[in-house]
Amino acid sequence: MMDIQLWPVAASDVATRVDAIVLVLLLITGAIMTLVLVLLLTFAIRYRRGSGARRGELPELVKKEVEIGWTAATLFLALFIFAWAAATTLGDARPVGDALEIHVAAKQWMWKTQHPNGAREIDALHLPRGTPTRLLMTSQDVIHSFFVPAFRIKQDVLPGRLTELRFTPTQTGEFPLYCTEYCGTLHARMGGTVTVMEPEDYGRWLSAQPQGDDIGHEGAALFVSLGCSGCHAGRGPVRAPGLAGIWGRDVQLADGRVRRVDESYLRDSILQPRRDIVAGYEPQMPSFSGIVGEEELLRLVAYIRSLPGGQP
Amino acid sequence: MSDIAAEGPIPGDAQPHQGLRGGPSYLTAEHGLAAWFLTTDHKRIALLYAAALTVFFFIGGAGAVAIRMELFTPQADLLSADGYNRMFTLHGTVMVWFFLVPSIPNTFGNFLLPLMIGARDLAFPRLNLFSWYLFVGAGALLVYALVAGGVDTGWTFYTPFSTAYSQSYVMAAALAVVLVGFSSIATGVNFIATVHMLRAPGMTWFRLPLLVWALYGTSLVIVLATPVLTLVLLLIVAERAFGLPIFDPAYGGDPLLFQHLFWFYSHPAVYIMILPAFGVVSELVTCFSRRQVFGYTFMVYAILWIAVVGFLVWGHHMFVSGQSLFANIVFSFLSFIIAVPSAIKVFNWTFTLYRGQITFDAPMLYALGFIGLFTLGGLTGLFLASVPIDVHVTDTYFVVAHFHFIMVGGTVSAFYGGLHFWWPKITGRMYPDVWARFAAVLMFFGFCFTFFPQFIMGFLGMPRRYQVYPPEFQIWHVLSSSGAVLLAGAYLLPMGYLAWSLIWGERAEEDPWKATGLEWRTSSPPPRDNFRTMPAVDTGPYLYHPDEEGPRHDRPQAHQNQGRET
Amino acid sequence: MSDGQEALREPWDSLRRQREAASFGTWLFLGSEALLFGGLMMAFTVNRVLHGDAFAAAGHETNVVYGTVNTLVLLSSSLTMAIGAEAARAELRKPTLIGLSLTILFALTFLVIKGFEWRDDFREGLFPGPGFKLQEPATEIFFAFYWVMTGLHGLHVTAGIAVITWFTWQAWNGKRALRSPAFEAAALYWHLVDIVWVFLYPLLYLGGRA
Repeated sequence: MMDIQLWPVAASDVATRVDAIVLVLLLITGAIMTLVLVLLLTFAIRYRRGSGARRGELPELVKKEVEIGWTAATLFLALFIFAWAAATTLGDARPVGDALEIHVAAKQWMWKTQHPNGAREIDALHLPRGTPTRLLMTSQDVIHSFFVPAFRIKQDVLPGRLTELRFTPTQTGEFPLYCTEYCGTLHARMGGTVTVMEPEDYGRWLSAQPQGDDIGHEGAALFVSLGCSGCHAGRGPVRAPGLAGIWGRDVQLADGRVRRVDESYLRDSILQPRRDIVAGYEPQMPSFSGIVGEEELLRLVAYIRSLPGGQP
Repeated sequence: MSDIAAEGPIPGDAQPHQGLRGGPSYLTAEHGLAAWFLTTDHKRIALLYAAALTVFFFIGGAGAVAIRMELFTPQADLLSADGYNRMFTLHGTVMVWFFLVPSIPNTFGNFLLPLMIGARDLAFPRLNLFSWYLFVGAGALLVYALVAGGVDTGWTFYTPFSTAYSQSYVMAAALAVVLVGFSSIATGVNFIATVHMLRAPGMTWFRLPLLVWALYGTSLVIVLATPVLTLVLLLIVAERAFGLPIFDPAYGGDPLLFQHLFWFYSHPAVYIMILPAFGVVSELVTCFSRRQVFGYTFMVYAILWIAVVGFLVWGHHMFVSGQSLFANIVFSFLSFIIAVPSAIKVFNWTFTLYRGQITFDAPMLYALGFIGLFTLGGLTGLFLASVPIDVHVTDTYFVVAHFHFIMVGGTVSAFYGGLHFWWPKITGRMYPDVWARFAAVLMFFGFCFTFFPQFIMGFLGMPRRYQVYPPEFQIWHVLSSSGAVLLAGAYLLPMGYLAWSLIWGERAEEDPWKATGLEWRTSSPPPRDNFRTMPAVDTGPYLYHPDEEGPRHDRPQAHQNQGRET
Repeated sequence: MSDGQEALREPWDSLRRQREAASFGTWLFLGSEALLFGGLMMAFTVNRVLHGDAFAAAGHETNVVYGTVNTLVLLSSSLTMAIGAEAARAELRKPTLIGLSLTILFALTFLVIKGFEWRDDFREGLFPGPGFKLQEPATEIFFAFYWVMTGLHGLHVTAGIAVITWFTWQAWNGKRALRSPAFEAAALYWHLVDIVWVFLYPLLYLGGRA
């Protein structure tokens, strides 16, 4: 006989926080449910037709005060749960320095993951336990969603946009990964396994993988072959902002706004160069939308990021 | 889901149904096919809707049967992967737009709204008939899309899958939904105008029965939300038919924009489905408790609160979509706020029982079942409104269970409750009460059996829209599929004994439940013009007992009926 | 009053009440329509914010001459429609017929001009797809909205023409009493069609030329 499981494994820091809220909410809603059922049954039995229970006018207290009372009580309860849940949400969203960055590309119907050193996996992801992890995800076709129940994390993966997930695995083991945004014929088979290992084991595993070029190197090659270096490396006839060390800095834009240089800014600047022109430059760069694909974008961004002085 | 129109014999019945006060009823007033299909009588149109809705309930139900059979084992047994995807799309599309949204408003609403406010008909009778034809036309188009090869986008039509990747009949299905939307809007406009313009003398706003308020709130939501659905589906059609890249990410289009517009309709649509059920249950609970409804004004404001705030919470369907953190928090806040009026309603129904003289006729059993199921469905909504929990359970069976508790446990139970309550008024016949009580109890347990396991497997991580699944979830699926057998039985059973009652049922009195509303102040079934002489109103609703004392079991009659004929 | 009795329908007791209801019902429908076009303009605005330059560049390609002339034509039709509806309420047969006929004429003119404009757009390669005139991808989104918006508005104009023609025909051969609330309802609808255009005109024609 299989043993019946009632609570999913909690294998990340997020899972611990979520489970705490779930537990308290279960208690609260359980109490409300019980209250309603007990009231319904008690009233239904006590005041069945012809029973000897006292009828007559409703006590004055039951009329207005009770109504206002439970309206206020529900409202405060709702606000309390909201406040707690929102605080947790905000806490989870706080960026952690030095996270392990994994790039995830989804397509019908597989997950492609890539480690910082270039090692690639399909429908699988190996992670070291206890290391803050950041997934940078994009889709090559329709919307997918990255869901690992044991981590209590889920995020839609969109075409033409980067989304991310942050968490720290806290338990070793193999955990199922599902696609949870309906994506066509084989949606139900678009899954995989996330394997969490002790950091040493992860290091060993990683070094045993066939090393692709790391992402930054691949980006460097693209930077030349796409012609970016013609202007941005400062040698060409056209004046364009240099990119060395701009990662993480704030740049002044021509229209007075200030933007932090991060993934989404670099992405926008490659795909829609006229949107955020850096102050002092002419809008001359052509759009690379439709020319560079999602995975290439990830590499270009990784390259620009790796340029000297890249870390603030 | 009455079988009345399918039965068909009523117009030409050998024993003409005579109202108690003599004169022909609306069923016998005119004969022949044209008198039905060209009628502008709101009561006959309600029956036309009932017939059409019954057909769609069976189509959507067949989809559910196929899904539950397939999910009995973790492997693919019956259907291909595409076949399964088409099946859940069929189930969702048909059940949402062709059953749940029109269910209570277009049958009971059409039949009862003019009766309850003391009017001869709806404000625009021909528009009413027109909206039925639109509904049937839309239904035909949808059936074409399903028969021609089906649709595999899910009822949500998410882009870019629906625009650029799906190989199925998306355009026909989208246009069908656009058409049925026009039908909804026509009904909504008609109801609002009727409530504003055709109330009987003395029927002030705060004397309206709660079902009328609920239908009024629903109609407001229909009129203001449906056009946005129309728009977003037209944009999908434009993208598929003419290659206009509105949502195409390759051109910089935004797939999230689609989701925002879609849920701007589809969340209020949940309230379109549940508000009328609130109205029905309010009528039932107060009548069978013989007690004035507890907190009438709070009930009214709760309906309006839901109707308004319902427009502002759509973003809680998109917590994991990639919308901003700020948006997530705001939508989470508003979603908690909208829990309050629902809670008010649950407490008020419960306290209506307090110091009542309660009888447990079939409609009351359905109503009590509704309160239990709706409460559980609503409370699980709190889990979904909390962003961190929603991230874990959204797009899993937890959500599937949640909305089935609200829409099926809630709306469909209320529909059956209403059907048993007003059946004598609609057909002039009584049904066998024992069978009806049995069906009500069976429906409650069958429902819990089917959908409660889905909460557990959803929390364990079972994603929705999966044809094949890991074996550890099988036990829950087996429970769910077994429960579905009971539930199907509970849905079919009333169709049997209600059809039986049409011929062999006892004739109903004018007011078999001793209820207070105006619809009971006329014969069963009512005459063509609803009332022999038009009623006037001088009290609020639900005066089952005098204000200063409780109801007495030795006096079954209501203390004061709401209207009298002038 | 025989005229009035003809216009009275079930379930109404008085023509005044029926007229109020027709006008009220039409307003509700217009509210619904406002959300339809409102949603469309909202979607347009979102994209305009996302792709400001592309939308400006694309907006420059629309034909402002046709657009402006059509605005004037449609505004005039609203005037004649108002005259027609008021005349009908006052039961003045001739001005009613003239007002309504002129409205139909203006509306047809609008569609003809729009047809020429669409033909020119098409020839210039302003229909999204292969061979599209402009380079920047998001310009195709602008023109996707252009075709959807003008198309949907064109459908509303066509529906308006059908309804007004039908009522005019009925008024002309005496089948519809001039006191019928239908004329006022049609006029309300027609004003909405006009107002929608007044919003579309700056969005589509002037946005790229500011």
